[in-house]
Amino acid sequence: MYDGGKIIAGLVIGLCLLLSPFFYNAGKAAKAPEPELTAKAKEAKQCVADTAYMKSRHMHLLDEWRQTVVRDGERYYKGSNGKVYYKSLQVTCLDCHSNKSKFCDQCHNYMGVTPYCWDCHLVPKENK
Amino acid sequence: MGVDRRQFLKIASLSTLLGIGGKAVFELLAPGELEAAVPLMEGKRWAMVIDMRRMTDEIMDECQKACHSVHNVPNFGDPKVEIKWIWKEEFEHAFPDQENEYVADEVKHRSYLLLCNHCSNPPCCRVCPTGATWQREDGIVMMDWHRCIGCRFCMAGCPYGSRSFNWGDPRKAPKELSPDFPANPEFPTRTKGVVEKCTFCDERLAKGELPVCVEAANKKKEDLLIFGDLADPDSNVRQALRKHFTIRRKPELGTNPNVYYIV
Amino acid sequence: MLDRAIKGSNKYWGWLIFLLVIMSVGFACYLYQFKVGLKITGMSRDVSWGLYISQLTYLVGIAAGGVMVVLPCYLHDYKAFARITVLGEGLAVAAIVMCGLFVMVDLGQVTRMLNIIMYPRPKSILFWDMIVLNIYMALNIVILWNVLAAERKGIHYQKWVKVLIYISIPWAFSIHTVTAFLYAGLPGRHFWLTAIMAPRFLASAFCSGPALLLLICLIVRKVTNFDPGKEQIRTLGSIIAYAFILNIFFFVLELFTAFYSQIPGHMQSIVYLFSGLDGHGELVPWMWAFVFFAILALVLLIVPGTRRKEDTLAVGCVAVIIATWIDKGLGLVIGGFIPNPFDRVFEYWPTTPEVLITLGVWATGFFVLTVLFKIAVSVKEEIAA
Repeated sequence: MYDGGKIIAGLVIGLCLLLSPFFYNAGKAAKAPEPELTAKAKEAKQCVADTAYMKSRHMHLLDEWRQTVVRDGERYYKGSNGKVYYKSLQVTCLDCHSNKSKFCDQCHNYMGVTPYCWDCHLVPKENK
Repeated sequence: MGVDRRQFLKIASLSTLLGIGGKAVFELLAPGELEAAVPLMEGKRWAMVIDMRRMTDEIMDECQKACHSVHNVPNFGDPKVEIKWIWKEEFEHAFPDQENEYVADEVKHRSYLLLCNHCSNPPCCRVCPTGATWQREDGIVMMDWHRCIGCRFCMAGCPYGSRSFNWGDPRKAPKELSPDFPANPEFPTRTKGVVEKCTFCDERLAKGELPVCVEAANKKKEDLLIFGDLADPDSNVRQALRKHFTIRRKPELGTNPNVYYIV
Repeated sequence: MLDRAIKGSNKYWGWLIFLLVIMSVGFACYLYQFKVGLKITGMSRDVSWGLYISQLTYLVGIAAGGVMVVLPCYLHDYKAFARITVLGEGLAVAAIVMCGLFVMVDLGQVTRMLNIIMYPRPKSILFWDMIVLNIYMALNIVILWNVLAAERKGIHYQKWVKVLIYISIPWAFSIHTVTAFLYAGLPGRHFWLTAIMAPRFLASAFCSGPALLLLICLIVRKVTNFDPGKEQIRTLGSIIAYAFILNIFFFVLELFTAFYSQIPGHMQSIVYLFSGLDGHGELVPWMWAFVFFAILALVLLIVPGTRRKEDTLAVGCVAVIIATWIDKGLGLVIGGFIPNPFDRVFEYWPTTPEVLITLGVWATGFFVLTVLFKIAVSVKEEIAA
């Protein structure tokens, strides 16, 4: 092979770099996320939509909310249970889920996502 | 050979379009979320008339304090990077087009309350490349901090200097200057790199409440800040404008500002 | 043809590495700016656009200047310029790359950059600026590559390339007109609110772009085996002369309108720039330097003796570049914001990180320029052999 030595060396280095995250995390299995509900959230029994929907699509819901609230001025949402909610991450969502580090962050950290919502939206102070 | 290259490309693009379009149609027709209609404060052209004859410096400071604390506006203590939604200005700087060596003492020596004029013909909205600022149907020039890319074209376009930019992280403002920042947990802060300004308290209007500055001022003296709908001929603002002579900032520019000053 | 870019002399690599060092320093400063925010620059609530946007404005002019080589060649059959159209187009590409980078470093939320495409607002001139600049860059890359490849193969380029070339000529005029429209339509900024903004921009573009091209051609003649040609340099000199005279004439017209009408809004920014306002006058020495270099350039370019001799012509071109840079790259943008809407003077001066980022972007542009010219010149050297 023309320049064979350089090519193989390059391939080996490239492969090592590509697989380095696996070497780094070898042997450490991250714990499955366990989001904790606050007492208020448990009492409410249901979120603005059912749990399965919220688990898979809460980001879509929030995206739609911010679009309709800010740009269309429509601030109220009628959930599937018939209840009317004020569309606000801080005022509505975090009112029940006021334990961000034990709720939101649990799954977000496990999945390695850092939503930039928190750059602007305020989080209620938690008692550790 | 059945399909030649041209036919293949036609089939492929049609399928892609159907595939993407199909997904969109599916989502549209999916069992979904309704919008509830809750009555908002109706208006077609929100405006403000400020009675400067009875206004005092203390009341104007109260207005700024109220607005800036409800909206978590940081205080950097540095005019280079300052953020202000409502503030005081001397006559010659508030109305520089009224060049006059011999202005009446009363008019000359008082400060004026300045804020975004929510113009009916806003140049800032014309120049915004993403629609992060736009004019609503009710006349309010609104801000969408999710969409702003921080190009600052609106700041160049505004003839009134109403807009402020977050040159740094607002949450890193010195604690000594605003010890209880952020004062309002129900309103977000902004992040670095976006432009902000007064939004005529649209979140309060939606609940049927008056803007914070109006509430703060009128608590001290009645009808100091008159906030109402210019499109309604019987509204408080129209009545005030019929009764008193008012001036606006830089009217010759054609922006049609909606903040009037009774001098 | 890209392989021509990785085969070069030690001087070539030395120059590229020098540029890479400046680019890395600039990039490091940019990472700092990305983390902390634009407060590390000298911009403020009152002067909300500074060095980055002013460089963007200047460089759109340089990019448009390439048309001064293409136009005579294709519309007026001035075949002598056919030798260097590729160089003009290469300069245009490098300049547009720098423009794009300057926009990116100036944005407060650069990760949201694609919002302009996702939520288009045709009423905004910035939207059109993005479109015309990107299309102009694409046009020039395609034209440059095809013409050069055809030259290398010894054949004439395909007919469709000619169509693109014909489009690129009015397009060059349009990019700088649109950039002028960014400024000329803002009701609150009286320094910019003038119909002659677009003509001024174009005149300044058509002298600064070719002047830079001329200087680079002289360098190319010195360091490579390709000679752009004595006649070409001479004609370029005449074009630069006329464009610069127009540029200065337009500027004087502005002075007349401002000072004969005595309207404060028109006068104040000029007074600030040339003699200071309210005790502030940071830019005054720069603006008078502009006057000095402008006069020097006018003399060297108008007097046929100095224009026709290449060494004095080169000095004239340097003077043109310095003068136009101070006028457009410093005075125009900063002057527009002073005095502010409240009739106060709040001055602006770039900070060190800001300057380093700016230099990093310029170095990137010159890197692109060097690579493109290396390819073009290598091809031309090979054909000549």
